[in-house]
Amino acid sequence: MDWTLIFIRAVEAGIGTEAVIYGLAAIGLNIHFGYTGLLNFGQAGFLAVGAYGVATTVATFGLPFWLGIAVGLAAAVLFALLLGIPTLRLRADYLAIVTIAAAEIVRLVVRSVALQDTFGGTDGLEAFSDDFYGMNIYAPGSYDIGPIGFDHRTMWVLTVGWVLVAIACTVVYLVMKSPWGRVLKAIREDEDAVRSLGKNVFSYKMQALVFGGVIGALAGFLFALSRAATQPDLFSTELTFFAYTVLILGGAARVLGPVLGAVVFWCLLILVKTGMEEAVNHQVITFITVNQVGSINYMLVGLGLILLLIYRPQGILGDKREIALDAR
Amino acid sequence: MHAETVNRKAEALAALASVPSEPGAPKPDPILVVDNVVRRFGGLTAVEVEHVEVQRGSITALIGPNGAGKTTFFNQLTGFDTADSGTWTFNGKPMNGVSAHQVARQGMVRTFQLTKALSKLTVMENMRLGAQKQRGENFFRALVASLWQPQEDEITIRAEELLERFKLAAKRDDFAGSLSGGQRKLLEMARALMVGPELVMLDEPMAGVNPALTQSLLGHVKDLREQGMTVLFVEHDMDMVRDISDWVIVMAQGAVIAEGPPDTIMADARVIDAYLGAHHDAPLTTAEAEEQLHQAEAELEAEIEEKA
Ligand SMILES: Nc1ncnc2c1ncn2[C@@H]1O[C@H](COP(=O)(O)OP(=O)(O)OP(=O)(O)O)[C@@H](O)[C@H]1O
Ligand SMILES: [Mg+2]
Repeated sequence: MDWTLIFIRAVEAGIGTEAVIYGLAAIGLNIHFGYTGLLNFGQAGFLAVGAYGVATTVATFGLPFWLGIAVGLAAAVLFALLLGIPTLRLRADYLAIVTIAAAEIVRLVVRSVALQDTFGGTDGLEAFSDDFYGMNIYAPGSYDIGPIGFDHRTMWVLTVGWVLVAIACTVVYLVMKSPWGRVLKAIREDEDAVRSLGKNVFSYKMQALVFGGVIGALAGFLFALSRAATQPDLFSTELTFFAYTVLILGGAARVLGPVLGAVVFWCLLILVKTGMEEAVNHQVITFITVNQVGSINYMLVGLGLILLLIYRPQGILGDKREIALDAR
Repeated sequence: MHAETVNRKAEALAALASVPSEPGAPKPDPILVVDNVVRRFGGLTAVEVEHVEVQRGSITALIGPNGAGKTTFFNQLTGFDTADSGTWTFNGKPMNGVSAHQVARQGMVRTFQLTKALSKLTVMENMRLGAQKQRGENFFRALVASLWQPQEDEITIRAEELLERFKLAAKRDDFAGSLSGGQRKLLEMARALMVGPELVMLDEPMAGVNPALTQSLLGHVKDLREQGMTVLFVEHDMDMVRDISDWVIVMAQGAVIAEGPPDTIMADARVIDAYLGAHHDAPLTTAEAEEQLHQAEAELEAEIEEKA
């Protein structure tokens, strides 16, 4: 078995594109779920409106890239308002139901045959990322640190991505230690107490939904731009489920929880996957085939999440006294 | 200081002296006026208050047996539940249909029967949360600490003073979840005062508080009146009601059945009926309860001695 290969793949995944995208998506979820206690099960929807915002503006309508970014952000704000207005006054579970449905609706709309001319149907859209790669600060070539290496395009995506993660974390850190963040944490615990102290709970929940949703849209931009294409089925419920796993693994209601969670999650996922593949290829494991490794790997993710929730619901960084998950 | 204490209480009592002891009696200077408030849960009429007024600057007790509708009445008035019908004014302003946070901003602040200390925030953060018009509660200003830190410091000083008064200063940086039940009651009351209310509505502030602490809590409630606030509070213990209230309103089965000064109320046959039903010898106050307990003990001891 090639242990070096397994190790390299794992490290590349831990700092790679997926880790950044899921890190950002989970930072958004952390605002919603970790700090405010909003059960948003439709984070995939926010990524989708971001990705399709930029892709549609540029590829379908031939408008400038930055306008596309603005459209993506505006779409995320609008999506948050649409979700929040009918549900944020109701009990927490309603938001969960509505968000999971709304994210699916977004996916089905961009997938639909009727709107194929605009959103590209199941094939999705491409040819919207030239301007993004035109700004690349890395000359064409391969960039290696020891055995770990990325090409210039990936380097550009990762640079932009980790800068966005750093900015998002800084903003989250600043607002969460302010009186604004205090109101959010109080809402997570008892809305009525907060109302009785003269705070407009609805408005704060809406602000949190918009803020976390906009960060989700940033993840969506990166998702689409890194692949130079976007397809509807990238934004299925699985994405939200993984983002929750990342968040809980790292530690909800901690500024760096989602980031650490994303790094560890992708590292482990690829470690196990490459490990299993190698083991099958070298006949160490004989009862499964290489084709089955992928599915087994995802089953292990589910199992891992269950074990995590039972034995360490606060994740790696979390403080058990502070999280919304009262496992016992 | 002491002279003033006598003053405020005397003022309240003087103002209420001419008010007849009957349900719905008009007050000389009401801060809260309630008309025809009805709240039904299915077939059950939880609240049906025709008319009631609360005198400004007084301590008014709201009493009544379990399930009388006191908490539900509080919920209607403070916007935590929607009344089926009725109107009420606070400082002359109509308040029906006003949302809970707006009610609090107008100066009508309540506490809860089931204490709502925010246990995952520290005691100090709980207190700070109560302050109004905080610059740092705006998302964009929150990003720049220098815009809100000076105000936060002022708020902290005010909170520290209150914590000192409520004997919670030592718990300042502990999670509120680590406080005892009685301390949570104290915290909730202190936090409500951070809002800067004109009318403080306390739903059973003494429930679960030990007798020693009760005395200081009673002191705090009296202090509120001294500072010019009006207090409306729900309480079951008649000793305490007699001790601190200037006026008592009695509810039973959703309606106001009697009103008057504490001594008049406790002699009222309707009140005794509503509270005690057929059990006329049941204790009405803790003192009476203790007395009955002693009596029973003495009888038992006598019996044992007889057998020996
Ligand atoms: N949400 C609700 N749904 C249905 N019935 C309710 C609800 N809230 C209160 N009630 C009913 O309304 C009546 C009044 O209840 P409320 O809590 O106001 O009484 P209370 O006077 O505060 O009693 P206690 O002294 O025990 O606190 C009770 O019969 C109660 O069962
Ligand atoms: Mg009650």
